[in-house]
Amino acid sequence: MKASARSVGIALAVVFVGLAALVEAGLPAFYESFLYLIFSWMALATSWSLLSGYAGYFSFGHGAFFGAGMYTTATLTASLGVPFLWSLPVAGLVAALLAAGVGAVVFRVRRLRGELFGLLTLAITFVLATIVLNTRIDGGPGVYLSGVALPRLARSPTGTLYLLALTLAVGTVGLAYAITRSRFGLGLYAIHDDEDVAEVEGVPTFRYKLSAFVLSAGIAGVAGGIHALYVSYITVGETFAITVPLYVVLMSVLGGARHWLGPAVGAAIIASSLYVFTGGAQAILGRAVVALALVLVILLLPDGVVPALLGRRRRRAAAVSVSAGPAPATTARADDGGTLECRDVWKAFGGIQALRGASLDVAPGEIVGLVGPNGSGKTTLINVISGHYTADRGRVTLGAHVLTGHSAHEIAGRGVSRTYQIPRPFTRLSVLENVTVAATFGRARYPAREARAAALGWLEFTGLAARAHALPGALNLHERKFLELARALAAEPRLILLDEVLSGLNPAEIASAIRLVRGIRERGVSILFVDHLIRAVLELADRVIVLNEGEVIAAGRPREAMADPRVISVYLGTSHAA
Amino acid sequence: MPSLTLLGQALVSGLLTGGLYGLLALGLSLSWGLLRLVNLAHFALALLGAYLTYQLGVAFHVPPWLAVGVIVPAFFLVGVLLHLVFTYFRVTEFTSLLVTFGLTVILESVIQWFWTADFRRYETPYATASLRAGPLFVPLLELAACLTAVVLALGTWAWLRFTYVGKALRASAEDPPMAAAFGVNHRAQGLLLSGVSAAYAGIAGAFIALIATLAPAQIWAWVGVVFAVAIIGGLANPVGALLAGLFIGVSESLTMAVVAPAWAPLVSFSALIVLLIARPGRT
Repeated sequence: MKASARSVGIALAVVFVGLAALVEAGLPAFYESFLYLIFSWMALATSWSLLSGYAGYFSFGHGAFFGAGMYTTATLTASLGVPFLWSLPVAGLVAALLAAGVGAVVFRVRRLRGELFGLLTLAITFVLATIVLNTRIDGGPGVYLSGVALPRLARSPTGTLYLLALTLAVGTVGLAYAITRSRFGLGLYAIHDDEDVAEVEGVPTFRYKLSAFVLSAGIAGVAGGIHALYVSYITVGETFAITVPLYVVLMSVLGGARHWLGPAVGAAIIASSLYVFTGGAQAILGRAVVALALVLVILLLPDGVVPALLGRRRRRAAAVSVSAGPAPATTARADDGGTLECRDVWKAFGGIQALRGASLDVAPGEIVGLVGPNGSGKTTLINVISGHYTADRGRVTLGAHVLTGHSAHEIAGRGVSRTYQIPRPFTRLSVLENVTVAATFGRARYPAREARAAALGWLEFTGLAARAHALPGALNLHERKFLELARALAAEPRLILLDEVLSGLNPAEIASAIRLVRGIRERGVSILFVDHLIRAVLELADRVIVLNEGEVIAAGRPREAMADPRVISVYLGTSHAA
Repeated sequence: MPSLTLLGQALVSGLLTGGLYGLLALGLSLSWGLLRLVNLAHFALALLGAYLTYQLGVAFHVPPWLAVGVIVPAFFLVGVLLHLVFTYFRVTEFTSLLVTFGLTVILESVIQWFWTADFRRYETPYATASLRAGPLFVPLLELAACLTAVVLALGTWAWLRFTYVGKALRASAEDPPMAAAFGVNHRAQGLLLSGVSAAYAGIAGAFIALIATLAPAQIWAWVGVVFAVAIIGGLANPVGALLAGLFIGVSESLTMAVVAPAWAPLVSFSALIVLLIARPGRT
């Protein structure tokens, strides 16, 4: 079972009070500085995982933010005479601003993910180091802080630093816990698995990534500010060395970067084993042993120590059958729903004109079938309506809302949801969590507990309740398609765009899917669906719109539209149309 | 503004250093681009190669060219073994970075254990030999390193472009299941490629032994700039890696001559940042 918020809060408070009491009891200075280092690494590793562990943007730039904090505190205290404690929030702020600047540029680049983001942040570290080294911030010889006064929070200076680092570490772990249980955390996990889908489901991906980055950098900056006084002599070489970014990554991955407690556990393991082996020939051997242990852990436990230890318990919890959730909100919030209007929509990809002035309407509660040969622009039109692509020209409105020009998550919030032809579930989230994302971020915008209940209800509706705790990888194609539907419904949309939900299903599955689509309409939701299965289109649709080469060539009652000579010629060639 | 001679000399030494960057980036770029494995241990292997060249020369009076003859096949085997481990554990692009970081630390410790952290210099009679072209000096050893880089880059390019193995490797990098369906044995070719890039690390190492002063921490000195070179050159593009190496080498040494040595790192990393933001699709 997952730890409840209250028990985690109490545990963190007990740890904090207990460890803070140690220093008042007169802990030897050696242990104070040993534990200080562990706390400092815990704060750093946990803060790193906020963006990199949860959202999957691996940063190798944590050293830059840590270093920015160190040099901020150093400059403020040594040159400007600012009291040490006052310099810490400024250190955090400077690092956070740096991240905001970098993130505002970098996160707009759609394809910059994975190792490229990592290298970019590493490069930023080197650039920052070069600037600090060559300007008055450092200038080359390093900065001495031995003259800076420490506030007397404890009996000794190391005790004071110990208390500061402890506070930061416990605070950061608490924050990480709160985030993993929040809407913000759920959004970050969704971004990790499939950023495009997350955006279409209503997650404000840009804002979330930027917030996580800024938060993560700010904490690293404060940790750097404290560390400046711990080392008391700062050099560029030591501060911006590759050690900080690499250790932070290793600690998080070792402990489990997606778990709130993982990085802290990893930090404790690595920092203490590094400390054991300092000095002399032992140090060389020790480092090699730590490195070897690390290689083995990464090879054998790729998800990290904490999830591996908790895994068995969670599986057992998952085996408990889910009690039927409350019925989905059948109130059909389509009451205020308006007509979808696409007017003269154009979209080109390089030299290919995918849409040439397509126009169509879908009235509230109507089922409209969108058909046309391959490459006629059906999926492009769906992508334009859902905001994944921006139209070159033209206007899309839903009732009183103009959709064109808004980002996909805003369009999702106005009541448009979609399914994908090839299902794209969030692979590391359970079936239930997948649907919860939609219920949290779509038009429904339920708070956590209600989102989960609503998600369970939609799983009942689509017949997936028994699979609620499975990972999407364990589902067959039919179930994955229905998961797509459940996810689209959980957002409580006014309009659902169904992209080939029937393809690849066997006749019995198609029959149940058709029943399901009718069931959706009974809730007052408008449906625009793309399919090649003409028989199903004729059976389901109130109206059919035929698209060819990006233009609407026929529209009307299903049988009439399909009998239009132009439609026949597009599908079967001219001679049949005659 | 420095004199023309100084600028010319900066250009020459930049080109030569750049050749070494390109040589180091070559193996990294190949395994990253074609096997989707980021091999941080490449730098440690290169430095190990350098220390072995040094040891064979100093203790056993083996000339460097003969040492390379021993190191290359041995490193080829190391590369093959490494890839066997990677495929056995299904190491992904990201975990490869973590695993090879661990390997790098292990190798660094091994080097420090045998050769201590002290600086080592391999004195050879031709260490200071250089050609004179007008007012400019061209150190022979660095020229040899640069020429080797050119030969290897062109050779690798031809290998990937014209042979079956090369085409199969590129096909697998693009779409492994599809390449496999067409009968490409990705495993065998992966082993071969991993062996080749480790062998390249050995060759680079021999030149490092002859040109530079050795210390275990040197491993980390190369990481940033060579990563930048590999990406700027375009992954799995041998000629690109070489050209990027030359470009970075020249721009660094010109910065050193015109502005100040300490500003040099700004050039390569700013180039990398601009490139990544402007054209993220390149790799």
